[in-house]
Amino acid sequence: MNYHVDERGFYGEFGGAFIPEMLHGNIEKLRNQYLLHMEDPSFKDEFDALMKDYVGRPSPLYFAPRLSDKYGAKIYLKREDLNHTGAHKINNTIGQILLAKRLGKTRIIAETGAGQHGVATATVCALMGLRCIVYMGSVDIQRQAPNVARMRMLGAEVRPAESGSKTLKDATNEAIRDWINNPVETHYIIGSVVGPHPYPDMVARFQSVISEEMKWQLQHQEGRDYPDYIMACVGGGSNAAGAIYHYLDDDRVQIVLTEAAGKGIDTGESAATSVLGSKGIIHGSKTLLMQTDDGQIIEPYSISAGLDYPGIGPMHAHLIHTKRAIVQYATDDEAIKAAFELSRIEGIIPALETAHSFASLEKMKFNKEDVVVINLSGRGDKDLATYIEYLNDFSQS
Amino acid sequence: MNRIQSLFQRKNKEVLNIYFTAGHPTKESIQDIVLQLDSSGADLIELGMPYSDPLADGPTIQESSQKALANGVTLSYIFEQVALIREHSEIPIIMMGYYNQMLQFGEQKFLEAAQKAGVDGLIIPDMPMYMYEEHYQHMFQQNNITISFLVTPETSKERILQADRLSSAFLYIVSQSSITGTASKATEAQKSYLNTLKELDLKSPSLIGFGIKDYDSFHHACQYANGAIIGSAFIKKLESSDLPIKETVDQFVKKIRIPVS
Ligand SMILES: Cc1ncc(COP(=O)(O)O)c(C=O)c1O
Repeated sequence: MNYHVDERGFYGEFGGAFIPEMLHGNIEKLRNQYLLHMEDPSFKDEFDALMKDYVGRPSPLYFAPRLSDKYGAKIYLKREDLNHTGAHKINNTIGQILLAKRLGKTRIIAETGAGQHGVATATVCALMGLRCIVYMGSVDIQRQAPNVARMRMLGAEVRPAESGSKTLKDATNEAIRDWINNPVETHYIIGSVVGPHPYPDMVARFQSVISEEMKWQLQHQEGRDYPDYIMACVGGGSNAAGAIYHYLDDDRVQIVLTEAAGKGIDTGESAATSVLGSKGIIHGSKTLLMQTDDGQIIEPYSISAGLDYPGIGPMHAHLIHTKRAIVQYATDDEAIKAAFELSRIEGIIPALETAHSFASLEKMKFNKEDVVVINLSGRGDKDLATYIEYLNDFSQS
Repeated sequence: MNRIQSLFQRKNKEVLNIYFTAGHPTKESIQDIVLQLDSSGADLIELGMPYSDPLADGPTIQESSQKALANGVTLSYIFEQVALIREHSEIPIIMMGYYNQMLQFGEQKFLEAAQKAGVDGLIIPDMPMYMYEEHYQHMFQQNNITISFLVTPETSKERILQADRLSSAFLYIVSQSSITGTASKATEAQKSYLNTLKELDLKSPSLIGFGIKDYDSFHHACQYANGAIIGSAFIKKLESSDLPIKETVDQFVKKIRIPVS
């Protein structure tokens, strides 16, 4: 089975580029050039240097003793939360900004849900002196206020998306429309492994630094370069893609993806795309998405802005379809509980998105010797306002 | 030959194609609008299939689509309405929408339903040309449904020729790089783009769309193509007018055809 992208941008039957002609020029140019640039030694040098000195890579692979004790396995945390700007998102934005410069682009647009990708984009634009416009659903602007302030402080313009559910899907629509209107000078930095080819593959490659490091870190710490399980949360799927990239063809490694179940899979307020979704087109990609019989996209729901998306990257749709990956679901409440647990037993406050992955721990059946890596995709500073509402429920006195 | 193809045989100048979102402003208005457009002098109708996430559309079509969906419009309903229209009118009808809508309905089933209802053509802006050629061309032909592909100022000459070759109704010339409903700027760059297209001596008739809104912009566009497409401006008129729908439609079309003195 091939888990990598093919010539036309497909993972099995998922992927491709279903875009109006207005986007064709830019997408075609990217498709023709992204690998050439990424494989150019001077590009690699610049990317690696920024990863090391600006982002702070390699991110630690931390053995979590108390969590391991509790769940009966050797649990390691891949600390993407310690990256500059607080999440894995910056791995991709550094890569794409270098690419945008080589493509001669002077204006950058992005969509954001939790605001982490928006902050990571605003950051690299400040670094490179490029104009930055971030589209964000007005509901998310409300629930992720600290990140909105950070983007503005970094000099980005945050434009509210007011259509649909006013969340990530709608911000993405607005960013795409902006690109249609401004095709010449603008590059669109997509924040996950979604969108038309080559985005899913390009973003996965930039994020693949996560599993590249995991290999030697595990070799060093465990004496073997692979884990038994890799666990990650999935909104579009970029942190998961990065964490599994170098293990896709290694069957010894079980891939466990966690989707946001919102208030419960069957409540009508959920973002569990892989169960609630069916094959279709969203944001230029053929994948699984939540839709009506008439092909209208259904508004998702999750407490976590970064997972509140009715689709899933085509690579993951293929991994799920072929059963290469198994999927777990975590409700809002389970994610909150897991966030408090990690805070209390390891002293790490995770992002709400990330917390969903930790909520899956108790649903797994591990052996004591199993090596488990959880991708700790981001830190929880941005989510404090949400967590504060639950402080009383988890008071320890 | 279908109704669109015979239209272009009869008429190769100032072809007026009016787009509106099916089921907006009211669910029941589709028939009235189409029949009035026909008798007031429009040549071609584009029925927008309301979609939740119309990526290539500006605020006017986004909002009219939301309203049409809230009004309960479905693809089956649109097909029913077209069938009823066919009892009274032979005006060519195109349906325009997004690929996902056709996919969910089932491509074969969609084309059969369209043919049966009396639809003449489709415009699916996010369906790749290669996919049409490899998977659908035959299905479209069997059902006597035409297709029109889009070209923009960013489209390479090679792709323009491909779009021309594959289009079986007309070539849809997008006047500028924008989403729908953006005011057209008659710049030098646009002029040279339109002239280049004219000089390519394409096999398909062509219509210019995006940003066409009144007598002047329509007739300006007609200098470069066989006609033009008006969408957002018509939808706005339907929404803002206090007159009954038929009068609103009649006045709108007459103002496009006859210069205001
Ligand atoms: C910390 C964190 N983890 C995960 C996600 C989900 O995105 P993805 O599935 O692309 O990793 C986000 C998105 O905002 C995020 O901020």
